[in-house]
Amino acid sequence: MIWRYAGRRILATIPVMGFVALFVFSLLYFAPGDPAAIIAGDQASAEDIVRIRASLGLDRPFIVRFGEWLWQVLHGDLGTSIFANLPVAHMIGQRVEPTLSLMVLTLLFAVAVAVPLGVLAAARAGSWIDRVIMLFAVLGFSVPVFVVGYLLAWVFALQLDWLPVQGYVPLARGVLPWLRNLVMPVIALGAIYIALIARITRAAMLEVLGQDYIRTARAKGLGSLPVLFLHALKNASVPIVTVVGIGVALLIGGAVVTETVFAIPGIGRLVVDAILRRDYPVIQGVTLLFSVVYVLVNLAVDLLYSVLDPRIRQ
Amino acid sequence: MRRRDLLLTAAAALAAPRIGRAEAASTLRFIPQADLATLDPHWTTAYVTRNHAYMVYDTLYGSDGKFQASPQMVAGHVIEDDGRRWTLTLRDGLKWHDGEKVLARDCVASIRRWAQRDAFGQALTAVTDELSAPDDTRIVFRLKRPFPLLPTALGKSASPMAGMMPERLASTDSMSQVKEIIGSGPFRFVMDERVPGARAVYARFDGYVPRADGTPDWTAGPKRAHFDRVIWTTIPDPSTASAAVQSGEQDWWEYTTADLLPMLRKDKGVRVDVLDKYGTTEILRFNHLYPPFDNPAVRRAVLGAISQADFMESVAGDDTSMWRDGVGFFCPGTALANDAGMQALNGKRDLARSKRELEAAGYKGERVALMVPTDFPSLKALCDVAADLMGKLGMNVDYQAIDWGTLVQRRAKRDPVDKGGWNAFCTGFNSSDLLNPAGHLPLRANGAKAWFGWPDDPKLEQLRDGWFAAPDAAAQKKLAEEIQLEAFQDVPYVPLGSYMQATAYRADLHGILDGFAIFWNVQRG
Repeated sequence: MIWRYAGRRILATIPVMGFVALFVFSLLYFAPGDPAAIIAGDQASAEDIVRIRASLGLDRPFIVRFGEWLWQVLHGDLGTSIFANLPVAHMIGQRVEPTLSLMVLTLLFAVAVAVPLGVLAAARAGSWIDRVIMLFAVLGFSVPVFVVGYLLAWVFALQLDWLPVQGYVPLARGVLPWLRNLVMPVIALGAIYIALIARITRAAMLEVLGQDYIRTARAKGLGSLPVLFLHALKNASVPIVTVVGIGVALLIGGAVVTETVFAIPGIGRLVVDAILRRDYPVIQGVTLLFSVVYVLVNLAVDLLYSVLDPRIRQ
Repeated sequence: MRRRDLLLTAAAALAAPRIGRAEAASTLRFIPQADLATLDPHWTTAYVTRNHAYMVYDTLYGSDGKFQASPQMVAGHVIEDDGRRWTLTLRDGLKWHDGEKVLARDCVASIRRWAQRDAFGQALTAVTDELSAPDDTRIVFRLKRPFPLLPTALGKSASPMAGMMPERLASTDSMSQVKEIIGSGPFRFVMDERVPGARAVYARFDGYVPRADGTPDWTAGPKRAHFDRVIWTTIPDPSTASAAVQSGEQDWWEYTTADLLPMLRKDKGVRVDVLDKYGTTEILRFNHLYPPFDNPAVRRAVLGAISQADFMESVAGDDTSMWRDGVGFFCPGTALANDAGMQALNGKRDLARSKRELEAAGYKGERVALMVPTDFPSLKALCDVAADLMGKLGMNVDYQAIDWGTLVQRRAKRDPVDKGGWNAFCTGFNSSDLLNPAGHLPLRANGAKAWFGWPDDPKLEQLRDGWFAAPDAAAQKKLAEEIQLEAFQDVPYVPLGSYMQATAYRADLHGILDGFAIFWNVQRG
């Protein structure tokens, strides 16, 4: 049953991806800016720019370029960067590990901190504990990632000299060096995410905690922790999982800023640089990749719903 | 793992930055001004590529701090036939990074490729009848008329530089990038370690033989590399770059920002310096094709209202040691800079008078589309001041906020404003680009063939042609004065002043040369 449901959902993602591909390509086609003008530089004549456009194949009709790009993508070729002169897949490959490390660690850190905080705030609703946690949530949501990043760097790198200011060490060079470079970026990026999940967890828990079966569980003599984490949290988990899924989009956006502040050579920075230069193949490749990730995360969330609440499968 | 082992491992990890710093003694860690997106020295005018190119590629001539050319790859040259035949002889021991010997035909192919993309190179090509390599060591120019600036052209430090590469690479179309990065400079590029947008690595080229004579000065003199490796790390955020230099994670940050300078100056572990004393000259460029700036009187009215100090303060702050006003049409502090007509910029500013001049010029409230690149802080600041000034003059300013990528595309459009064209924008040139009329793009006034804005002033072009033929420095200087006088009449653009950008490096580094980010001669300790 679950496999048929999963199969249906996976098939439904194919037209979504096709639409995303067309949208991304069209957006860039109609957007202002011309990589040929940037390449040509200040000394080029209008004829030089035309020659460069022709040499890059940018003078061909939309449908021809889109068809060629789609054909390449279907064969696993994302094209070649106009500026770096390297395959886009290779460039993405170089950048995947830092971004993936940052996102996965942030996700784990945020869920590990936010869910217990949200549960605690709901369990102590109206108390000073609840207020402190919610104050933290408001702060986490309000303070921009780069401000948190600068503060962390000033304290832990410049004043205490405990952690490096910038950069990324691959996991292959050891877990501890890898972690040392990610501690501050993960906290900076995680703050907003913790705030979001903690608030949703609290709201969902408050709704569940008022239900009859919770009173019954307590009447049976169950302790607070089993009631909160085994009975209430499981039933409050659908909105929490939803917000974790939505949060992946937030993470992608936040990763761009975090990678810039901490000079992490990830995909976020790659795409920002590409946009500024109008390096179309790179923008298209990375946007497509992000879209695939987002669609897959949504798929995973949908599948998780059906595990958490089997009624959804029907 | 036992508890004690765990603690030891953790302690080692915490100590890692200090260990890393000790290991870095033979590595220079550098933060470039921008991402090194392109590696081909002839293909782009980006200065970050020029800096990279000077590590990897050698040039036939170098250029010192007074922009005097001196032999670099060449042992010397012989001039015959009343200056119409130049024979350049390569010095011994030159090798490419792939181990092959540098041959004259490699250099001929390189010159041809570079000259297709460079204005000075095009001027040289225009007077060249034949460029050949009669043997492995000699390069011969047969010229239509004397061109005494030949070594200056081949040794220019402005971008694109005339880097030499093997013939098999130099034969690549100048509109396409070369596939391999092989030069004969003091460092070789380590392609395997490149992460575009983040990291570029160079290793000292053991086969490089520095010149035996001369003193290192800009790109002239012997190029002795003291570091085994130089690692460029792109750090786009200025605060992070500053912190990385202060903490010792990086050794050298090419361009600091004005707001971080006071903090860096206070840090005893960091030294702050200005390498390029000539700096960057900023300009306000007009589109000469459409009203209101097709009218020289309107351009002169705006010129009369410009206070360079206002523009420079917006870019470089109130530290007057970091900027210069009273800047004319040639690079300040160099041979051709002069005072002819400077009253137009240095005289007392009177907005009411400029407003009257604008009205008398026939300005009727036409829209002025000012392109403002919001992602380029210095240019945005200049545009903000320009927009404010034009507004005060009663001009109908259409402040068009766009990004630099869009501006670069739109400035090439010759259409009217209502069809995507433009009227004005601000931009900057490395002041060394404005040394003389040869490579001075914004001063060209040859109509449709001129730089964006397309000024058309035959007198200015005639004076430029005369400058190329000038027999000596005195005659060149006189023509430069006439050019400047004419420029103040026709106003192809308005100079907005020049400012310096400071560099910051760890205090234990020494031997950093003036000019730009040059990596030979630098030592630690």
